Amino acid sequence: MGEVMTGAKMVIEALKREGVEVLFGYPGGAILDIYDELYKAPELKHVLVRHEQGATHAADGYARSTGKVGVVLVTSGPGATNTVTGIATAYMDSIPIVVLTGQVPTRLIGNDAFQEVDITGITRPITKHNFLVKRIEDLPTIIKAAFYIAKTGRPGPVLVDIPKDIQQAKGEFYYPEEIKLRSYNPVYEPHIKQIERAYQLLENAERPVLMLGGGVISANASEEARKLAEKLKLPVVMTLMGLSAFPGDHEQSLGMLGMHGTYYANMAVANCDVLLAVGVRFDDRVTGKVDAFAPGAKIIHIDIDPSSIQKNVKVDVPIVADCKRALKRLLEFVKQGGKDKKYWEERFTDWWEQINIWKRRYPLVYKQEGDYIKPQFVIEKLWELTKGEAIITTEVGQNQMWTALFYKFKHPRSLITSGGLGTMGFGFPAAIGAQMGNPDKLVIDIAGDGSIQMNIQELATAVEQRLPIKIIILNNGFLGMVRQWQELFYGRRYSSVRFQVIPDFVKLAEAYGAVGMRITRPEEVEPALKKVLQTNSLVILDVHIAPEEGVFPMVPAGKATTEMILL
Amino acid sequence: MQEKRYTLSVLVENTPGALARIAGLFSGRGFNIDSLCVAETLDPTLSHLTLVTHGDDQILEQILKQLRRLIDVYKVVNVTEEGDHVEREMALIKVRAEKENRDEIFRICEIFRCKIVDVSPKTYVVEVTGDRDKLEAVIELLKPMGIKEIVRTGVIAIRREKKSA
Repeated sequence: MGEVMTGAKMVIEALKREGVEVLFGYPGGAILDIYDELYKAPELKHVLVRHEQGATHAADGYARSTGKVGVVLVTSGPGATNTVTGIATAYMDSIPIVVLTGQVPTRLIGNDAFQEVDITGITRPITKHNFLVKRIEDLPTIIKAAFYIAKTGRPGPVLVDIPKDIQQAKGEFYYPEEIKLRSYNPVYEPHIKQIERAYQLLENAERPVLMLGGGVISANASEEARKLAEKLKLPVVMTLMGLSAFPGDHEQSLGMLGMHGTYYANMAVANCDVLLAVGVRFDDRVTGKVDAFAPGAKIIHIDIDPSSIQKNVKVDVPIVADCKRALKRLLEFVKQGGKDKKYWEERFTDWWEQINIWKRRYPLVYKQEGDYIKPQFVIEKLWELTKGEAIITTEVGQNQMWTALFYKFKHPRSLITSGGLGTMGFGFPAAIGAQMGNPDKLVIDIAGDGSIQMNIQELATAVEQRLPIKIIILNNGFLGMVRQWQELFYGRRYSSVRFQVIPDFVKLAEAYGAVGMRITRPEEVEPALKKVLQTNSLVILDVHIAPEEGVFPMVPAGKATTEMILL
Repeated sequence: MQEKRYTLSVLVENTPGALARIAGLFSGRGFNIDSLCVAETLDPTLSHLTLVTHGDDQILEQILKQLRRLIDVYKVVNVTEEGDHVEREMALIKVRAEKENRDEIFRICEIFRCKIVDVSPKTYVVEVTGDRDKLEAVIELLKPMGIKEIVRTGVIAIRREKKSA
């Protein structure tokens, strides 16, 4: 016999059983009962945001940086619809979050009641799954299922819509220890024959490349990936989501591939004969023109989601499995194969020589010219000063790509960026979540002057929570990435990319009770960054950068990844 | 790649929204639904759905994988590819039945084993059951008489059991 309690209390009890430490949310009429119970549960930390989108991104940043499930609590109607962009962001990048929304009482559903919206209908295509709770007796099991679905298999957001009368109804609380869903059984163990085939391909390869994606990070498989790479002396390329899965300053790292990938990463992939792709989904920003992507390669694709395999790229050895387990099995085959490190090193000597030629021909560079601060220089300095030990979140656009290229991520989960959806306004609220989940770590949001303004209201949240987040705005007075496309592909017609009014970010920071600083000259960069890093409170550093600096290399959309525009 | 028609048999949890998830998946990913039939099964917690779609091999593979990826989907069988099966569809055809063509309608009904299920002074409603080709044939033959309305169920399908042990 379970204890009899209200639905609202059940929710709080369930969250405790799930080990939830922090929730991000915003109250309102249809969620009042749960907030009332939350009031009595001080062990659950609640972060009151200023906009529900901020709550969702914060939960997402918390999840990405800790590997735990992020939790959002919002009211019905506009509270729920404001979470939509955040949910879609998490969905595209396979991030486990659970969004609890209040709903109008069951008897009013479908009546166009005040603050009623069909949020399960709206979020169906952007959640891994969602639920509308219709009976109090289903509530505990549904919350259990929500957490289970969010964090298992290919992770993703799950929404639970809870009508007000269900929150108020009383029922017996029985929380299942485990849950089994007959229609949901993710495959974790790889097919051993496929692993054997993969090993044979690698053993006979002459020009292999190891490609790592976000799946390696979410499966906590970085260590296995590194072991394999080092043992076989494989060149490693990473997708945007895969950055930090392998140390960026490792001699075998070729950095990021794709539209803004390094010359040598793209050349290596284009010329390899075996591509071992782990936890990737071959997004169009990675492949460029699909027919010209790794044209001569046998492709081995490891992913937990069968629908990712053969979706965009034809694969020779598909392996549906958890990346960590698959790589472990593959390492066993390597061990059984008995070839020592020297064997592999010698085997791929010519290949590495070729790669080193590419590296020397077009290294990752930028030109330091005039009195302008170059954004790449800022990122490079930041990397030096933090020794790659910070958690970096980014907004979307040029700031994101410069970070991806010039910050050498050392530890998994140290880059938090909206890869799939490309959500401007993501980085700062995500930093709030990351800092909540990692109170002792340095959390830095690298922003643009456009995207920081998309969720700037969360400054109040961060200051209220006393979070010492550092925001570095690479301020070029433009929507830089769009401007870059207009420059290159639209005859320099700069349509609606220049803000006539940009707030004074220093005063803005001060208005919110944070610290603001501004720099405009290259020699100010290092001292300013040092000062920022020493400040133990929220800082905005407004860096006025070269206004028309571009992100290079760049592969024009739809072109082969070898057709790069280089600096 | 060549486009083909496929009949898929899908078992889903009998929950609100399950059908919307499947319909949304098809529209959201640009897959085609030619027909769709849903009803309860012997197990009231499961619904059975027969779905006819078309596309090339790669699209079909994606359709199957994306369907299986839905949490509510319990089982997906491509009945077109997986062995012998029976397909049936029913149509109700309201056809003009004037004095001069009533005999002809009767003859067609007899040949195709159709039933006349409603009669009015000027129309018959013909019930025809069979595979797609048969329905098309009946419709073609009745067209000259003047079809006023057609309602079709969409295809349902079931796999045949093995004939020998």
